[in-house]
Amino acid sequence: MNGYRALVLGASAGGVEALLHLLPRLDGLDLPILLVQHLPQDVPSHLAEIFATRLQRPVREAEDKEPLQPSTLYVAPPGYHLCVEADFSLSLSREAAVNFSRPSIDLLFESAAAVFGHQLIGALLTGANEDGAAGLRRIAERGGLTLVQDPQEAVCPAMPQAALKLFTPAHVLSLDAMADFLLRLE
Amino acid sequence: MPQRTAEIELRLLLEAIYQKYDYDFREYALTSMKRRVQLAVQQMGTGCISGLQGRVLHDPAAFTELLQYLTIPVSEMFRDPGYFLALRQQVLPVLRTYPSLTVWVAGCSTGEEAYSLAILLREEGLLERSMIYATDINPHSLERARRGIYPLEQVSGYTRNYQEAGGTGAFSDYYVAAYEGALFDKSLREHITFADHSLATDSVFAETQLISCRNVMIYFNKGLQNRALGLFHESLCHRGFLGLGSKETLNFSKFADRFEPVLADEKVYRKL
Repeated sequence: MNGYRALVLGASAGGVEALLHLLPRLDGLDLPILLVQHLPQDVPSHLAEIFATRLQRPVREAEDKEPLQPSTLYVAPPGYHLCVEADFSLSLSREAAVNFSRPSIDLLFESAAAVFGHQLIGALLTGANEDGAAGLRRIAERGGLTLVQDPQEAVCPAMPQAALKLFTPAHVLSLDAMADFLLRLE
Repeated sequence: MPQRTAEIELRLLLEAIYQKYDYDFREYALTSMKRRVQLAVQQMGTGCISGLQGRVLHDPAAFTELLQYLTIPVSEMFRDPGYFLALRQQVLPVLRTYPSLTVWVAGCSTGEEAYSLAILLREEGLLERSMIYATDINPHSLERARRGIYPLEQVSGYTRNYQEAGGTGAFSDYYVAAYEGALFDKSLREHITFADHSLATDSVFAETQLISCRNVMIYFNKGLQNRALGLFHESLCHRGFLGLGSKETLNFSKFADRFEPVLADEKVYRKL
């Protein structure tokens, strides 16, 4: 499976719909998936429950110091940054917002890039801000695989466009094409 | 390999801080520590982490400045109101049976949680026989905690939290607007001892019935988390209570089977 060890996903405005389209198509993918979806701060999120009923894989709202398990989808809790530590466990933090966001996609992507290097896949989906672009570039710099949702398809193209402005990701894909591509990697 | 170099520099910096100032950050979770140090490098204009190390070793004032980056002073009163509601409804009825109560707020930062607990204990008629030890490693935070003055613009949020936490009075009874802030009632303060204490290097100082340590150990690595939990286990009386942050868990620690969850949603545990 080309040695990939994790998939990190970032999405903002329009993201829940996009993820409900993409994630069920990735049920055959054995990698752990770490997700930052921007949501209102500090309001309990039902995202994990929503995905749990629709996906074959285990779905969990991430807890601090949780060791990464294969095939599991980890959703960042609202109001906390989600990062990966060198021992492949998850860490949460209440530090200040980055790009006006907590959780911040950049922080997840950058920490995962530091830990997984070229064995990481990062995908940035629809959103109305610029969080995630710098993190995705970091994944590319560390030799990881970078995917961006086609801005033409994204409900809010700003976030994919911000990444395209910053560097040239490996692939710009529609959600359907992204799912096919990821499944073919395995 | 700039990544690798930065990691070496970071470890050397934390070692230097420990040897020179006795503050032990060596077992903090590295990902967020790295980020906070890099922010300090930028803001303090030292160029790289090694430059910061030199500054800090030769200038205690620079260390004091750096310390504000290394600790995360974010707190609010009655933060996560459900937690305080659970303490009020499920924990205090048990603690009421003790002749006196000792509560430890570990990692109290600027004191908001200690004052919140004091208000809670007062409303439940327990404050007069309670002592709250609120500890932190950051002297600036402790100094602000002792003053008990919080920005007025925060008070509406605190008031909303207080009401959601089941507050039985009027929140405005607990402070007066003064010194361009909200000055909290001195009689609450009489039951709180703010003190310097490190979960990384110090030991247990009292037997306690309730320990609240929320969103502190998320900045620790697993080894340091286990150390802190060891202190809590030792400090708590038989069947004492431990409250954690809402996304923290004992499941991945050495102490998973030495506490039982009493309120899984609010992360309140009881010593076995």
